[in-house]
Amino acid sequence: MTARADKPHLSREHMLELLRQMIRIRRFEDKCAELYTQEKIRGFLHLYDGEEAVAVGVIPVLEKRDRIVATYREHGHALVRGVPMKTVMAEMYGKQEGCSRGRGGSMHLFDAATNFYGGNAIVGGGLPLAVGLGLADHMQGHNLVIACFFGEGAVAEGEFHESLNLAALWGLPVLFVCENNFYAMGTALAISESETDIHRKAESYGVVSEAVDGMDVVAVEAAARRAVQAVRENRKPYFLECRTYRLRAHSMFDPQLYRDKAEVEARRKNEPIVRFQGWLQANQMIHPEDLSRIEAEIDAEIAEAVAFAETGTWEPVEQLTRFTYAESDASAIGKMP
Amino acid sequence: MTQAAVQTDTIEMTYREAVKQALRDAMKRDERVFLMGEDVGRYGGCYAVSHGLLAEFGPERIRDTPLSESGFTGAGIGAAMAGMRPIVELMTVNFSLLALDQILNTAATVRHMSGNQFGVPLVIRMATGAGRQLAAQHSHSLEGWYAHIPGIKVLAPATLEDARGMLWTALQDPDPVLIFENVMLYNMTGKLAADAGPVDIDKAAVRRAGRDISLITYGGSLWKTLEAASALAADGIEAEVIDLRSLRPLDDATIMASVGKTRRAVIVDEGWRSGSLAAEVGMRVVEQAFWSLDAPIGRVCSEEVPIPYPRHLENAAIPQAPKIVAAAKAALGRA
Repeated sequence: MTARADKPHLSREHMLELLRQMIRIRRFEDKCAELYTQEKIRGFLHLYDGEEAVAVGVIPVLEKRDRIVATYREHGHALVRGVPMKTVMAEMYGKQEGCSRGRGGSMHLFDAATNFYGGNAIVGGGLPLAVGLGLADHMQGHNLVIACFFGEGAVAEGEFHESLNLAALWGLPVLFVCENNFYAMGTALAISESETDIHRKAESYGVVSEAVDGMDVVAVEAAARRAVQAVRENRKPYFLECRTYRLRAHSMFDPQLYRDKAEVEARRKNEPIVRFQGWLQANQMIHPEDLSRIEAEIDAEIAEAVAFAETGTWEPVEQLTRFTYAESDASAIGKMP
Repeated sequence: MTQAAVQTDTIEMTYREAVKQALRDAMKRDERVFLMGEDVGRYGGCYAVSHGLLAEFGPERIRDTPLSESGFTGAGIGAAMAGMRPIVELMTVNFSLLALDQILNTAATVRHMSGNQFGVPLVIRMATGAGRQLAAQHSHSLEGWYAHIPGIKVLAPATLEDARGMLWTALQDPDPVLIFENVMLYNMTGKLAADAGPVDIDKAAVRRAGRDISLITYGGSLWKTLEAASALAADGIEAEVIDLRSLRPLDDATIMASVGKTRRAVIVDEGWRSGSLAAEVGMRVVEQAFWSLDAPIGRVCSEEVPIPYPRHLENAAIPQAPKIVAAAKAALGRA
């Protein structure tokens, strides 16, 4: 095993950690779906089922000081980044112990401690923000990497093109990670884009770009290592298209009229956890007791998170207008300009 | 148009020069400050406001952008969240609509939806207003729209002092501040104190004291309103002229103190009447000072039409001194 930064560490310990993180996201979100049906979680809930290999492959490659911009399908990103599961769950409940004080909900997980610059619920809206974080770093010289996640639906937005151009033009350290799950809500890529090979669009802006199998966590991690190292060393943007698949509905309100069940079932057979776990088993890198231990640990963490959210508190209505503006003193609470 | 106030140690300059001084001063005082926008560098600014600053501060800090309003406004938001103090110039309010997503959905919401973990200390400047025969797509006055949005502050400097002084104070604000500069003011000359510096950005100002009626306005309409007040004075009517200065937050106390004294109010606003800032100010007067009023509140706003190209029609579409005089006299029962 070499220590090169652009190569994945194929140690058993590392492999188990990749698997553990993917299962952790999956089980957390399975719980969220259950809690949604119980009306504990409301609003929109966008699940990452099938796409876990992207966040798990990319985010651990980043350093703690690096910054992340995510989308409204960002539970997995927050968890892998190290936002505590209990504060994520409390946020889903809308409790003030949540990672955004309950103000944001599922689509707006923020965490300053881990440089997690939010779930953004405007498709494409996070890209200019990531460019700005990159611009600040360009001017401040901290040598950070800004990782910006977005779906292929964002590629149709003007902000995608404006942002890629700005990042390339100004030489900004932004890693653009396109999570191409082939459906923008219910609109398939092929009926919304004249050029469906997304990574070529980035090339047209002079950005180094590659496409990777986003259902293969090892392949994603290998690509992410190349990408992060390139951004860190060259101070230029890099584009990673991760081809993946959303196995569940777009949100909990989606009856999925736009695709065949057979298509989903076929993709389910090749989903990243099944695939990686099978590979590990075939190579004798995982034992049945590893899996049961991992699952037990995750289930305990989830149970603790749910208990934390359940016992969390509602922000008093008197504080409704807080944090619309910065508060210079406590007397500002509740004042509306 | 000239400034009325003349002080002892003053320098004659244009509003444009006052804005430029403010930019230069901010760039010198804080290395985190930079100016970013279309044609701010090599071209010198669409209205020549930043002319000469590129040579002084270089292309990193006087940053020309492509025509990507949403992209570079969002970049300003991100840079502000990461510790910089960007000034984004959107050229004109007309083009700001292309950045409205970033302003409303990101800049205005981040502090709240992040539970106060992140703020956006960003200043966005733009020109606003009609009067240059630029027709329907280049003559909007949409500052009232922006004043609708919680999470941002909205300023309308009408005087040289405010053009010079509001920027630095806005840059010290931890939240996004939008500054609207009326296009008809850039060439206005006046005297500015040699030591002019930062001013407050949350108080309205009484620009002319009077006992008979309150004329409440802001921005480019201030000077038309003062002209109207002079005409009214010739008829023995002493109008008090309030310059709102800040459109969000509104300084209710100054407005109500004036209306409480004069018992009559006319609001002058270059925005369209329906759903206008004038509507908001008028309703606040009704809510807070109804029993002080001796007459219905009057409004002079733009006509409900896209701003036309011919001069006579453009002039008729936006507030002018004779209309303000007529509205004031109507409120006084002297129409």
